[in-house]
Amino acid sequence: MSNIENVSRRGFLKGAFAAGSFVLGMQTLPHALWAAYAAEAPAVFQPDMYLSIAGEGTITIIASRSEMGCGSRTALPLVVADELDADWSKVKIEQGLADAKYGDQDTDGSHSVRSFFDQMRLVGATGRAMLITAAANQWNVPAKECTTEPSFVVHKASGRKLGYGALAASAAKLPIPKKEDVILKKRSEWRYIGKDNSLYDLRDIVTGKAAFGMDARMPNMLYASVEHPPVLGQKVKSYDDKAALQVRGVKQTVAIETFKPPHHFQPLGGVAVIADNSWAAFQGRKALKIDWDASPHAVYNSEPFRKTLESTVRQPGKVVRNVGDVDAEFAKGGKIIEAEYYAPHLAHASMEPPVAVAEYRDGKVVAWAPTQSPQGVQETIASVLNIKKEDVTCHVTLLGGGFGRKSKPDQVAEAAVLSKKLGKPVKVVWTREDDIQFDFYHSVAAMYLKAAIGPDGKPTAWLQRTAYPPIGSTFDVNAKYALDEMGLGWNNLPFDVPNHRAENGPADAHVRIGWLRSVANVYHAFAIHSFADELANAANRDSVQYLLDLIGPSRIVPLETAPEEQEEARPYPLDTARLRRVVEMAAEKSEWGKRRSGKGHGFGIAAHRSFYTYVATVVEVEVDDNGDVTIPNVWSALDAGTIVAPDNVRNQFEGAASFGASLAMLSEITVTNGVVNQSNFNDYQLVRMNTAPRHTSVTIVESDAPPAGVGEPGVPPFAPAFYNAIYAATGKRVREMPLSKTRLV
Amino acid sequence: MIRFSVNGKESSFDGDPEMPLLWYLRDVAGFTGTKFGCGMALCGACTVHKNGEAVRSCSVRMKAVAGSSITTIEGISANGLHPVQKAWMEIKVPQCGYCQAGQIMQAVAFLSKNKNPNDEQIDEAMSGNLCRCGTYQRIRTAIHQAAKEMA
Repeated sequence: MSNIENVSRRGFLKGAFAAGSFVLGMQTLPHALWAAYAAEAPAVFQPDMYLSIAGEGTITIIASRSEMGCGSRTALPLVVADELDADWSKVKIEQGLADAKYGDQDTDGSHSVRSFFDQMRLVGATGRAMLITAAANQWNVPAKECTTEPSFVVHKASGRKLGYGALAASAAKLPIPKKEDVILKKRSEWRYIGKDNSLYDLRDIVTGKAAFGMDARMPNMLYASVEHPPVLGQKVKSYDDKAALQVRGVKQTVAIETFKPPHHFQPLGGVAVIADNSWAAFQGRKALKIDWDASPHAVYNSEPFRKTLESTVRQPGKVVRNVGDVDAEFAKGGKIIEAEYYAPHLAHASMEPPVAVAEYRDGKVVAWAPTQSPQGVQETIASVLNIKKEDVTCHVTLLGGGFGRKSKPDQVAEAAVLSKKLGKPVKVVWTREDDIQFDFYHSVAAMYLKAAIGPDGKPTAWLQRTAYPPIGSTFDVNAKYALDEMGLGWNNLPFDVPNHRAENGPADAHVRIGWLRSVANVYHAFAIHSFADELANAANRDSVQYLLDLIGPSRIVPLETAPEEQEEARPYPLDTARLRRVVEMAAEKSEWGKRRSGKGHGFGIAAHRSFYTYVATVVEVEVDDNGDVTIPNVWSALDAGTIVAPDNVRNQFEGAASFGASLAMLSEITVTNGVVNQSNFNDYQLVRMNTAPRHTSVTIVESDAPPAGVGEPGVPPFAPAFYNAIYAATGKRVREMPLSKTRLV
Repeated sequence: MIRFSVNGKESSFDGDPEMPLLWYLRDVAGFTGTKFGCGMALCGACTVHKNGEAVRSCSVRMKAVAGSSITTIEGISANGLHPVQKAWMEIKVPQCGYCQAGQIMQAVAFLSKNKNPNDEQIDEAMSGNLCRCGTYQRIRTAIHQAAKEMA
């Protein structure tokens, strides 16, 4: 639902939009919500997406979504510019503030382009139609005789042309054309969509000018570093800050109240050291002596918890999808294969640790934050300080990585709380140790899979159980079962198996659990696609051929979709033809048929659909005599429907291979008595240039299907393809991540 | 008073001599192109040049900066015209971009010593610089390209 308005006819424009500009606004809220919003604040009606053309020709487009490295801040304005037929070099992108009028601003779930592509096209095309009308009126010719070239309207018959800037003032006076009178470009007419283009911020990034959250400043601001409770939920009993106050540059200390459960995105609590620079605040923290009270989460220990999860998945759980009757099939006897898989907690470890600047003044807060959820910043600060969310202004900076961590604004709330107490703007800087030890962790998970094998080697029944502390525990202390995670690669198995049941078992959360790039798809794909390869090997079949058999004939897989997700899911049926195609492409690009595994050299494949994008990945590994593993090559093939920025998509999938390699080979968070054991990049390891996949080749399926996700879908198939390659190379089936826990020789 | 230069400009500092150069640059002098990533010389996001050598500014104390010439990303070329910056743009290396100033500073120092590096030499020189977005492959390509242009 979107309605476009000629905002330049209203009188309130200011700031970026100079007088005489042609400005289009658009509402992107569902209609019912929009009506509610407009009724609340009719006097300040401001449509959400702005496209403005100034008299001198500068075109300003507001980006209402956050940029964390996935490219949506560039991609969506590019779509507007293409349909507007704008000269991209004249386009200026301005970052929008947090505001409910934008609808959902959460930059997550790989949905920025997917959710806004059509609307961005429409607003651009509407602007183009109006500029043409303005020119046609001026020339006194029919509009249909006019066309455009970048930032000009052209009348070919008379050889006349006028720049968009020169037409802005007259276009600004025109009514909005009806939607049906707005002509979208044909795909063949796109100048920017689907072509190689650069990130808008590229030059600023390579010159050090790009402004991240870490770089935000306010006049007279103080710096704060917070000593958080080592165990979730602990409160400060007492503390001694005498030594801390002796540290040069330290001004004072401030206790922050521990959240009341559920923790949601509230501050963790603890003691903040306030100083005149970041480093002094860090040093002051080291000198604090804090006595913490007890927390029920101190019972949390990774190894016993693993055993609990594993015993949970050996028992029946809550059924989340059922096809046929697996029990009847298992009861028939015959060949049964079972396997258990385990994946640990992970930390996001974006290169920019959590950071924020906020100022509280007269009951209002202004914050600058690298956030994936600007409205989450408003809501969290409003609830913690008991003010209205409209009184929280959130400026969104560039994000130095996000991966889901920056969907949670607890550190922004810390800055706001401290600013209120200190009467000055405060910058809260988390250290890397804070980031690793106080994350919203990717969940630890155990999976159990069981299959009955038919005479042709294909499964006749497939049972899968999973258990992990759910993300819902962030919002509800009693949450033990997964909700949205089920749609992330668990209740939508695309295989052609007549009897199938997917279950989910309960688990308690003792650390904060959150979304991490591709979320539950990581461990679900690891288990499912490792198991698929185990079945292929048990049947003595080629892994690719077996996988294609398992996917089965081309068809739409019937899925039960929650009512609230049906509208979103409708354009994206699970189409096995598209899944088969990426498998075939990845196999072809990797020359799978010519490859021979064994003797420390192996190839593995996995194919997984997530965020409506189909991805197949082939990983090549070399295992040397010491058991050290290198990854010479990765081949990924993807079908994400219509692609706006193909080179950026390749970059996302190259990066996903590195992200996948980190979690497959190296990364693990463990907990002892409620305290996280890892603290920095020495013990929470990520791949580096010398350990990352040496070369990743990305093949994109040409498609005119609706655009799907590209930020996350490259991650899930990597780990199973990697472990399948390890098996092919060594004959050793490793069923737990990361590989560094297993000795291969 | 500690005296040194930053990007060719004479500077001085009379604060805590134990303060790491990183925090002087960021919080005191306002050179925010140099990034904080780990504070333990494990990630390379804070890489700058001290007398032409790549150093992790989070682990160089101000007292060790006396008499030195410091170069930050802002001092390489404000317009992005250094061959390494140009290669970074042509290859479209960055995703989020946060680590890239450190990557570029490491690459510039490396290329000043090794004019025609092979893949293994690049991997070794760059493996102290983390990129969580995983742009390593493009960084390697961009370094080769910059080396060609600088030859």
